[in-house]
Amino acid sequence: MNNLSESGKSGMNLKETELTLGLPGEPRVGKACMKRVFSETVDLELGNSGKKDSSGSGSSMKKESATSRGKLVGWPPVRAHRKNIMTVKSGKYVKVGVDGAPYLRKVDLELYNSYEQFLSIRTVLDEKKLMDPVNGVEYVPTYEDKDGDWMLVGDVPWKMFAESCKRVRLMTRSEAIGLAPRPETKCSSSSS
Amino acid sequence: MSDLTPTTLRNNVPLSPDEVLEIALESVLEFLPCQRDRNAFSLVNKSWNRIEAETRFEVVIGNCYSISPQRVVNRFKAIKSVVLKGKPRFADFSLLPPDWGARFSPWVVVLSGAYRGLEKLCLKRMYVSNDDLVVVANTFVGFKEIRLVCCEGFGTSGLAVLAGKCRQLRVLELIEDEVADDEEDWISFFPGGATCLESLMFDCVECPLNFNALEKLVARSPSLKKLRVNRYVSLGQLRHLMIIAPQLTHLGTGSYGPLEDLEDPLPANELRDHVSSAFAASKSLVCLSGFREIVPYFLPAVYPVCANLTSLNLSYANILVEEFKQVISHCHKLQILWVLDLISDGGLVAVAATCKDLQELRVFPMDTIEDNAGPVSDVGLHAIAEGCKKLQSILFFCQQMTNAAVISMSINCPDLIVFRLCIIGRYRPDHSTGEPMDEGFGAIVKNCKKLTRLAVSGLLTDRAFSYIGQYGKLLRTLSVAFAGDSDMGLTYVLEGCPKLEKLEIRDSPFGDIALRSGMHQYHNMRFLWMSTCKVTRQGCREIARQIPGVIVEIFNWNQVGEEGENSDLVDTLYMYRSLEGPRADAPRFVNIL
Repeated sequence: MNNLSESGKSGMNLKETELTLGLPGEPRVGKACMKRVFSETVDLELGNSGKKDSSGSGSSMKKESATSRGKLVGWPPVRAHRKNIMTVKSGKYVKVGVDGAPYLRKVDLELYNSYEQFLSIRTVLDEKKLMDPVNGVEYVPTYEDKDGDWMLVGDVPWKMFAESCKRVRLMTRSEAIGLAPRPETKCSSSSS
Repeated sequence: MSDLTPTTLRNNVPLSPDEVLEIALESVLEFLPCQRDRNAFSLVNKSWNRIEAETRFEVVIGNCYSISPQRVVNRFKAIKSVVLKGKPRFADFSLLPPDWGARFSPWVVVLSGAYRGLEKLCLKRMYVSNDDLVVVANTFVGFKEIRLVCCEGFGTSGLAVLAGKCRQLRVLELIEDEVADDEEDWISFFPGGATCLESLMFDCVECPLNFNALEKLVARSPSLKKLRVNRYVSLGQLRHLMIIAPQLTHLGTGSYGPLEDLEDPLPANELRDHVSSAFAASKSLVCLSGFREIVPYFLPAVYPVCANLTSLNLSYANILVEEFKQVISHCHKLQILWVLDLISDGGLVAVAATCKDLQELRVFPMDTIEDNAGPVSDVGLHAIAEGCKKLQSILFFCQQMTNAAVISMSINCPDLIVFRLCIIGRYRPDHSTGEPMDEGFGAIVKNCKKLTRLAVSGLLTDRAFSYIGQYGKLLRTLSVAFAGDSDMGLTYVLEGCPKLEKLEIRDSPFGDIALRSGMHQYHNMRFLWMSTCKVTRQGCREIARQIPGVIVEIFNWNQVGEEGENSDLVDTLYMYRSLEGPRADAPRFVNIL
């Protein structure tokens, strides 16, 4: 498909910078992305090992009976109560990433009522990055709305933002220059 | 022999030597609360049996089908506390069909008739209905403590009756239960005025609650020491509770996020400061859990209590490694830690560096899909082994492991009583050598002389089981999944482990020959579970015929059936010793041989 319209909008090659769940080099679509849910909150700087050679990893499957029945039941042995808590959570989750940081966090927008609450919620590392007077780097919160446009956070009422926001990225001020505040009525194909 | 002058007269009537002996034995029995010791005592002779029965106050029934309620009340006349367990543990992993059994109703009917003075009840993996709770509330006048662990079948209306009628209630603990939302505001049912409550735990109750009522309840419960709220309590609300109850020793924080604080929309940094002050004022807090929907910004508010914590449960907390490290670096006194594998090997290294008194560690998987690598591995296990030498109990989920790390733990942690390693990738060998994980588990059973509970995983041959049979002389519980080569594996265990009580096996190639090898053993065991193994209906029938006192249940999940020779294979065998005959409440899919 044609990606030009997307990258042309704000002058950035957004596909490259798109926040996904995989490690660098992994395919960006399909099950591979689904697997590494945990990698959102893993500090990759610690050298978390990537994929190892899988030749010795039990290719000699000894018994198929469990899988031949379809879904493998009850494996791994994690209590249903715990599994449910971790996976089935209602709420509107958006990915929040910070420029230069190799991880991203999933945040539930339904937990917040206002921009003030949302923007004041920082991780320890975000704090360092957002208030970095020594380097003179300032970070600006931006978001991608449901039309695929990248906008500055704060322009529309909170509820409208929470409904239309797909993901959030804290960009450096210089990168965000291309994004002007949106007018009240949006043109879907306008560039900035 | 010592002078028995004070006891040789009762109402000025000289006592016979037998009566004197009885009184002496009763005094001795006071110092034997442990059921195992009392069981041994009661087997000496009829007289001792009778004395023991008359003075026993607590009875523990590990399998509700091993004995009928009637038989229990016939033998023990003065019971004040009952512990009753129902379904086998694999029920937790959906391996037991629903409606299998373990209903509390037949028990509550009999207990309510015989033990009007019952004060304590603890039920695990039982089906408990609201009506059952009504019977409890209405019958036992001085009822004090109820603990429901991994139970289901009841809802908030049952809780409301308990709250409303049990005026002496000290302990109400709901742990990992499935609680139905009957839309009853159960917290409001506690009577007005000061309560006796010492422990109130309802973190598993997935229903909204009346916070106003909870706040007032906590305020009028001066003895409250343990409070675990559910995720419908926001951080701001939690802070209010902490201010009212600074005497708490155990706290479950609920959501640990702002939620919709309509009455108190503080800016985040102010809220964090307030929470931090509340923690600073909780000088007695030693056990912290909850964090069901944590907003990590607020995590630093717990720092003031970290130095005092002996138990920390972050196993529902979706936090970054760095955030975890900051917390754990303060927790020098920690003895129990539950975490998610999100903390990664780096987080485990931090634990090893700080928590030198650690006794129990549980690392749960955030992601349960089989994968080649995960955030925790042999690296983390190795670090824990070298740093936490007092470790007694470990449950560790990972995607890959090495024998070397497991061997290291076996040498560095000689006090291990429980070793449960779950390599999520089935049949996964040592990822650095490609060898099976036999040597690692072998080292555990050989070097950890106090080991009583073991769970194995990864690529395992019969050799691993020969080690277990050879060295696992104190082993009481063994869990096996996707392991072994042949009948010999199971045979080694059944022939070699004399103290085995609970054996649960799934998806392993053990058949009738192995089953037969344990015939001398089964009446010494609480139960044997085998699912998706190679036992046949015929093999099970043979066991049932030859061993009295053991109930053999088989059930087949797969109604469609695999045709041909395999159709005689049994899906699930659940065998347990019992003083009773086949149970009358078995559902249709259960076949009792």
